[in-house]
Parts: sequence; C-alpha cells; structure tokens
Amino acid sequence: MALDAKSPGGPIESRWDRARFEMKLVNPANKRKHTIIVVGTGLAGASAAASLGELGYKVKSFCFQDSPRRAHSIAAQGGINAAKNYPNDGDSVFRLFYDTVKGGDFRARESNVYRLAHNSVSIIDQCVAQGVPFAREYGGTLSNRSFGGAQVSRTFYARGQTGQQLLLGAYQALERQVEAGQVEMFPRREMLDLVVIDGAARGIVTRNLVTGQLEHHVADAVVLGTGGYGNVYYLSTNAKGSNCTAIWRAHKRGAYFANPCFTQIHPTCIPVSGDYQSKLTLMSESLRNDGRIWVPKTPGDKRRPEAIPEQDRDYYLEQKYPSFGNLVPRDVASRNAKLVCDQGRGVGPGGLGVYLDLSDAIRRLGEDKIRERYGNLFEMYERITGDDPYKTPMRIYPAIHYTMGGLWVDYYLMSTIPGLFVIGEANFSDHGANRLGASALMQGLSDGYFILPYTVGNYLAQAKPAPADLSHPAFHEAEANVRSITERLMSIEGSRSVDSFHRELGKIVWDNCGMSRNAHDLERAIGKIRELRQEYWQNVRVLGAADDLNQSLEKAGRVADFFELSELMCRDALERNESCGGHFREEYQTPDGEARRNDDEFSYVAAWQYQGDGAPHALHKEPLEFEYVHPSQRSYK
Amino acid sequence: MSTTAVAVANRKSLRFYDTTVGKKAVMAVSGIILFGFVLAHMAGNLQIYEGPEKLNGYAKLLRAMPAALWGARLTLLLMVLLHIWSSVKLALLNKLEARPTGYVRHKNQSASYAARTMYWSGPIILCFVIYHLMEFTWGVGGTPYLEGNVYANVVAGFKVLPVSAFYILSMILLGMHLSHGLSSLFRSLGFDHPRYTPVIKRLAVAISTIIVIGNISIPISVLAGWVK
Amino acid sequence: MKLILHIWRQKNAASAGRMVRYEAGDLNADMSMLEALDVLNERLIEKGEEPVAFEHDCREGICGSCGFMINGVAHGPQRLTTTCQLTLRHFKDGDELYLEPWRAKAFPVLKDLIVDRSAFDRIIAAGGYISVPTGSAPDGNAIPVPKDKADRAMDAAACIGCGACVAACPNAAAALFTGAKITHLGLLPQGEPERHERALNMVAQWNLEGFGSCTNLGECEAACPKGIRLEVIAHMNRDYLAASCRRR
Repeated sequence: MALDAKSPGGPIESRWDRARFEMKLVNPANKRKHTIIVVGTGLAGASAAASLGELGYKVKSFCFQDSPRRAHSIAAQGGINAAKNYPNDGDSVFRLFYDTVKGGDFRARESNVYRLAHNSVSIIDQCVAQGVPFAREYGGTLSNRSFGGAQVSRTFYARGQTGQQLLLGAYQALERQVEAGQVEMFPRREMLDLVVIDGAARGIVTRNLVTGQLEHHVADAVVLGTGGYGNVYYLSTNAKGSNCTAIWRAHKRGAYFANPCFTQIHPTCIPVSGDYQSKLTLMSESLRNDGRIWVPKTPGDKRRPEAIPEQDRDYYLEQKYPSFGNLVPRDVASRNAKLVCDQGRGVGPGGLGVYLDLSDAIRRLGEDKIRERYGNLFEMYERITGDDPYKTPMRIYPAIHYTMGGLWVDYYLMSTIPGLFVIGEANFSDHGANRLGASALMQGLSDGYFILPYTVGNYLAQAKPAPADLSHPAFHEAEANVRSITERLMSIEGSRSVDSFHRELGKIVWDNCGMSRNAHDLERAIGKIRELRQEYWQNVRVLGAADDLNQSLEKAGRVADFFELSELMCRDALERNESCGGHFREEYQTPDGEARRNDDEFSYVAAWQYQGDGAPHALHKEPLEFEYVHPSQRSYK
Repeated sequence: MSTTAVAVANRKSLRFYDTTVGKKAVMAVSGIILFGFVLAHMAGNLQIYEGPEKLNGYAKLLRAMPAALWGARLTLLLMVLLHIWSSVKLALLNKLEARPTGYVRHKNQSASYAARTMYWSGPIILCFVIYHLMEFTWGVGGTPYLEGNVYANVVAGFKVLPVSAFYILSMILLGMHLSHGLSSLFRSLGFDHPRYTPVIKRLAVAISTIIVIGNISIPISVLAGWVK
Repeated sequence: MKLILHIWRQKNAASAGRMVRYEAGDLNADMSMLEALDVLNERLIEKGEEPVAFEHDCREGICGSCGFMINGVAHGPQRLTTTCQLTLRHFKDGDELYLEPWRAKAFPVLKDLIVDRSAFDRIIAAGGYISVPTGSAPDGNAIPVPKDKADRAMDAAACIGCGACVAACPNAAAALFTGAKITHLGLLPQGEPERHERALNMVAQWNLEGFGSCTNLGECEAACPKGIRLEVIAHMNRDYLAASCRRR
C-alpha cells in the first residue's frame, strides 16, 4: 500500500484552511445517527469526545482508569506552548512551526507541524474560557515563560500542574456532554481488540475491568487517544497503567506503526534509588530555566556538593553549548548527562546522576520567588529523596518520558485502516525524532479540539458507513481472539510474576534501545527479547479469575504486547542507520559526539506493517519533504 | 426518560431544606437566635447580684408585656424545633447512612473534642432546658417554688446540690457546644477568611467561656452562701 | 526493614471482607508505601496467593488514583502527601499498620483496597464545568483576571479527586471536593454566568449520591494531600445560599 499522507499542497499558511474548506460536512441532523468510539480520556481523547459530543455525534468514551480524569496527561507539569506572542518577543506561528520542525530533527511532516502551531493560539483561548487557572501577571493578563530550549517566552502554565489543569478542563467539558446525554462514558474498560468490517474500523472489544466481562461496541468510526508506550522500558515517567495494548492490537489489525524507535528521554528526572523502584518521577524541565547543571571535574569526587568549590565544578552544558547553555533540547541534555556519568563523574548512589543547582537563582531572586515558581517541585523532590533542594542541589538523571513514534496517520489523523483515527501521543505525527518541551499538551489538544472534529466528519460524509451491528461475525472473531489470549495467560500457571518479566524486558530495552544504540547491541537485544518472550508464555503466573477484577491479568496482557512492540522498536532502530533526535546511533556521530543525521537516505517516516505472528514486519516509507524549514545540522553551540 | 433526565429531575426536586447545606444554614440561623437568647438570659440572671428587688422587678417587667413575651417564647420554640429537626436529620444521615461500614482503626487529625461531641452536648442541653423550665417556669422541678419570686426560687433551687451540679455540667456542655457552633456557623453561612476566621474561632471560645462563667457563678454563689 | 500489615481483603463488591495479617519483609526506608505493597504482592504470587488489589497509576501524587487508610488516617501520617509518595521513612522497623479502603456508602468497595469513586464524576457532570463549546472562546487575554483570584482559583483547582476528604470525614461528606470545584470556577469571571446554577446542581448531586453532611470538623482539610482549605466549603455554602434565594 502506498503511503499517502494527503498533505494539501500550496502555501503552508493556507493549507489547513484549504483542507477544511474542501472537507465534506455531515448534515447537523445526521450527526446524531453516527456513533463514534473514543478510546482514552487524556487531553486528546477527552477533548475529542467532548467536541464530537458538542457537534451532535453519539460518542462512546472509554478509559481503563476509574475516572476519565486520571489519564496520564494529568501528570504533565511544565506548560503548553502557543504562538500568542503576548510578551512581544518576536514569536509567531511560523516561528513555533520552525522551532518544532527543527527541534524534531527534521523527521516530522511540515504540514502537520504548521497546523499544530496555528492551532496553538486557539487552544489557549479555549482553555482560558473553560476556567483553566493559568498563571497571571498582576494586571490580570496571562503570564508566559520560556521553556525547554525555546528562545521566546511562549509557554503558558498553571504552577507545576499545567497538564492537570488542562486535563481537568477537557474532563469537565467531557462530563458536560455526559450530562447532556451526548457522550456515554465507560470507565474501567480496557480496549482489547479492534473490529474491522469490510476494511473499515467499526468497533472494539473491551474488557470490563470490574466484572471481567468482554463487551462489544459498534460505531461508524473509532478514535484512539491511548497515549504512548514508554512503559515498554518498565521504569519510565509514565503512569503504571499506561500501555500500548490499544494501539498494538489495532496495529495487528492493519494499522501501520510509525517510527517506533523514536522515544524521548527526559533529562530532569529523580535518579533511581534501588531495585524495588516501580517508576521514575519527572521534575519539570522548567527548573532548567533557573538551574545550572554540573558535575565534579574529577571522577570519583565524593565531597558534598556544597563543599565542591566553583573551580572544581564542570558546568558541562554551559561550556559546550554557550548560546543555549542549560536550555539545550532534551535529547542533547540527556545524552550529555549520560556522557559525564559514563566518564565516572556522575553523582549520588550508583553514580547515575548530575546536579541541578538552583543556588545561584535563589541568591539572585530570593527564596520566595523560587518557592513561587518551583515550590511544589521542590516539595516533591524532598518527599521522595529526603533532601531539601533549598539547601542542597538536586540530583537528576534522564528517564524515558515520551514516545514520538506511534500509529501512522495521514494529515487527517486517520490511520491506514479507514475509520480508525489516532490522536495525541498514540500517533506519530508532529514531533519527528524529538519533542520539544511543552509541545505534547499542545498536540493532544490540537488534535482533539481542533482537528479531529472536522476530519471525522469528512470521513463519515465520504465513506457513508453501511449499517453494522453486533451480530456481525467480525465481533465474534475479535472476542474469540481476546478470549484465547486471556485463557492462554491464565492457563500457564508458571512461577514468575508479570512484573518480574516486565522489569527484565525493560532493562533489555533501556540498555540497548535507550539513550544510545548500536547495531550490535540492537541485534543482541532482539534475540534476548525473543527468548524472554518465549519464557513469558511458558512461565508467567497469573493468579485470580478472568471474570473478576484482576490486576495481574490486566498487566499480563499489556506486557505481552510490550514484548512484541519492543522487538519492533529494536528493528526500527536497527534499520535507521543515522542519528536523529532521540535516536542516537553510536556509529553515526560527528567527531565531537553530536548526532549525525543522514537526510539523503533517511528523510522518511518508517511505517511498519504487521504481517502475522512470527513473520517479519514490512517496512513502508513515507518520504518527508521540507519546503519551508531546510534541514540543517542542529546546533545549540 | 433517559438517565440524564432522571438525574436532572432528581436534582431539581431537592429544595433548599432537603439538602445538607440548606439544613446547616437552618441550624446556623436558629443557632444564632438561640445564642442571642442565651446571652440575654444570662444578662438578666446576673441581676441576681443586685438583690431580690432588681431580679424580681426584671421578671415582673417581662410579664407585663405578654405579647412580647409570648412572641419571644414562640420564636424560641420554633428555633429550638428547627435546630433539633435539622440536626436530627443530619445526624441520622451522618451516623447511620453515610458510612454503613466503619473503620477498624480511625484517628481524628483536627476535629476538636467540642466539635466531635455536638451530638451529645446538644441532647443533654435539651434535657437541661426542659428541667430548667420545669424548675423555674412551671414550678414542677421538685424544688421549692414561689410564683413571682424568682430570686427565692433560684436560691432555694440551687441549694440542692444535685440540681446545681446538673446545672453546672449543662452549662459547661453549653459552652462547649457554643465554642464550636459559634465559629462553625460562619462557615455554614458562607464566611471563611484566612485573616478573620482564626479571630472568630478565638472569640467564639472566649464568649463561650464568659457564658459558662457567668451562668455557673450563680449556683456557685448560692452554694457558697454569697447569694442568700 | 519489616512491617506488619493488616490489610482489608475482599474478593469483590458482593462478598464480605476481613482484615488479614501479613508480615512484609525485604523493605527499605526509601520505598513508597505502594512499592512496599508491590514487594508483598511478589511474595504472595510466589506463594500462590492472590495479590492485594489497590488502585494506583501515576505514582507521583497527581492522578488521584491511589489512597487508602493507614492506621486510621487517609493517605497515612505525612501531611500533604498521597499514599504513592509516602515513603517508609515515616515508619519504624516492625511497625504494625492497618490498611483499609476508603469507607463511605457512596464509595462501595470493589475489591480489597479499591473503591468505586464514580460519584465524584457525577458531581462534576452535574455542573462542575464552564459551558463553552469548542471554538467559541474569546481571546485568552480578553478578560483580565486579577492575580490573587487566579491564584486562589488555582489553589482550589489543585484537587486530585482522590476521595481522602470523604474517607477522613467522620460523616463521609463530599463537601471539600464539591466546594473545591465550585470555588475554582466561581472565582473566575469565566465561571460567573453559571455560578449559582452550578452550586445548586453540584450540592444536590453530592446529596443524592449518599454522602454525609459537613459539620465543620476540618478532618478533610487535614487529610487533603493537595492542601485544599476549608475556605472552599464556605465559598460553596455562600454560592448555594445565594442561589437558593434567587431560585425561581
């Protein structure tokens, strides 16, 4: 199948307008005749479900958590970008577009990114109107800060809880539609299969996580906003429940998976403290605005940080990248942290950490100002580590945080299965090989509020889905598939817990397909993953019953999918013989250790097609063209 | 009818006094009026220290205005009924319905003793009020009673130790009840302010203490023989 | 480090439950309470016993999924901290802990330490929003919001919907939760048009769900991991009373 992104041509500024004009509309009276399934209630899913409900569609919204408000978007701390140019510092839609394409290391689609930048402006308006309590100046206007390597102040924020506040805005809009009867909410449901009828997505099979019953839902279109797959690494900043099952099972039904190896390592997380650790905690990268990152100059310096004099400290980012300093993009900051730790200069237990020091800022601005900006982050740090950041520098280390890869979608956010739309982190579309700070929230809401409501209508108006109901054999086939997976997992009765497998898998992927990769390790990792996967299916132990609330069973299904996905990630990383963004191949670097892209051979989106269990995935390429932002080596020096 | 429509109809059917917030407001307003009575009643009683003529004169004055007296009595009765009705309704909800299965372990973090014992202090105070009326208004409390001679009745009544003891205990409970109620009612009626609420809390305790001291000074003075 | 854990075990919503005693070894002080349960569960699985079910997701104190009573205190002894962020530093080796689910008629137990908190969603659905259809918003700076109001709205909006307020309240009231949303939206000019209707509907829904009433004890405030203040309850009462007066 040829991959047609369907990007409209013409001047980039007017592409989205043109596309919107050319889209077919659904008559208002007919909207209520269409049912749309939206899986996931994060920023993308909740905003999409609410907006579709407002338009008059019948929406069924699903989430695995007990409430839609718990989706992992809630944990985003730092902020959301928008090209409002309120601070009058030279920002514009074009500049946000430019920064995002460049920040993504030229592996994103220009048309999509421009539309994202364009929509950013409306997102802020919408959220303010919903009552999102953004930070404000004394005059009552919205406050902005610079964030994650941007040289303009375009980030809007609500203390350190921006994701929470934006999600609550979307969640409240969603609940309003539930109240209005437009959206039917199905919490504690996990999507376990996609139902495809006559080549189009027509429904899903879910497991009711309380009763264990498998349920069928039919619709005219299915939207997945189920987030990323960072938990493949076991230790990540993702919520424990975040998983790839919905997108992976859709992938196995025919949706291509794009750029799976593009994963983002966030530079400012609290370091691992022991083997028991269940997850990593992120500290907002806004701390880098006022914090200085350093390690001791000499390896093995065991003095307390306060006792290390200025001349013995290496502010390595400021040294190496004088113009961006501590604000270099995430991939660069992370890689350099790994570099200094590999040199034996890491700090804290295990030597996997660098200092993030705000003492200069505390001296300059006073403790009160710092408390106002980062108070809750400092408290969180102290709660977890027992150290007081007002007195001693924090220790940070990179951790998996976001996955740029995801299901392939065209300009209209539709996957390779007609009628299956994928939004937010679950798709691959806007961030290329590296996401800039404060862009994920923007993308989720742009997709959900301002793109999907149009493009779903366009699809329905053109495809005119034939009536379908639950009696169709495709539903029975999908249910049988799900049932067989569950029965297999329950019947193994081995000796190891799901978590122990997951932990081991995560370590393989982190060590070999994490912050830096090479062909040798990747090949070895594929072998190890296969071996472990084989053991999993012979030795995992899932206790309890299938027809009851069973958290082990939930995890078991998710980990089974992580096994398959992790192999594809390594395969994709192996295939991409270049370094770009979050994908750093040791074989492809400049003499001074920077990533070396290969635009001649790899300026494409790698979209993988599932061809059956055991059969190798087929690679399809969507070539990327850059008409407005010409690929250049990123330089932050 | 859709589930949504049912939910909307159910909500609409709840009137002010059906809701917990409404009942708390009823309790707060009736509480304020009853508190006003407690304060005035104490002020009147304290005239005992100015001798029998003054106190009996005051009682006579009140009886000389039957319309006002009965107006006040009926108002107070209504307030007592409202206060009891709303608290009983809420107590049944809170104690019997809202948490059918209790905790094996439960530890309070902030609630004061007075606040936690409102359900006990209230009914005991009610019993006291009834006995107090029996003793000094209707003359059937078992202590010597002379129609129109309040002063003598008080002295004779409080000379009986168990009566005084019950009176003192009830006044302490009333003080506790007020110390929570007087500040709590502000929040029930919608007022809470980081600067003033702490002041209100302290004032509530101070006023309650004054009321306790003022009221129990009378039986103590009788027992000690200072008032004869 | 070792802890003696008495944990409420209940197979499902329909069955009866009981406290079961476990000895959890191999713990250390840097672990979170939930990681201690992870360790216990690993041991239980090894022994072929069903692991303890408890709700959790982000494990960084923001999603509001986790929470149970620890020795009679919602989210345990450290103030302003959710269960997932409560480290074992706050306990001593050999301590005996009682872990129980939130208890309220409106929060039925589903299994072990998991309760159904969907009543909170229905309270929000009753009016915890500003009705602004997508696309109909004016410019973000069109309506200035005084900084102190925005800050106070943010204070109230910090609620994570964990349910600790209900669990800690001797009356199982949902006043702090409901008040927080009414205050957050009511303080902002954007929320003004629906302010009264919102208070009426949310309070009514809170009552219909079977929660108890507020008696101003302050237990909720003490238990709230996000430091929501009792002030929000006063704000709710004020809006509700004003709305009742105007009701036609």
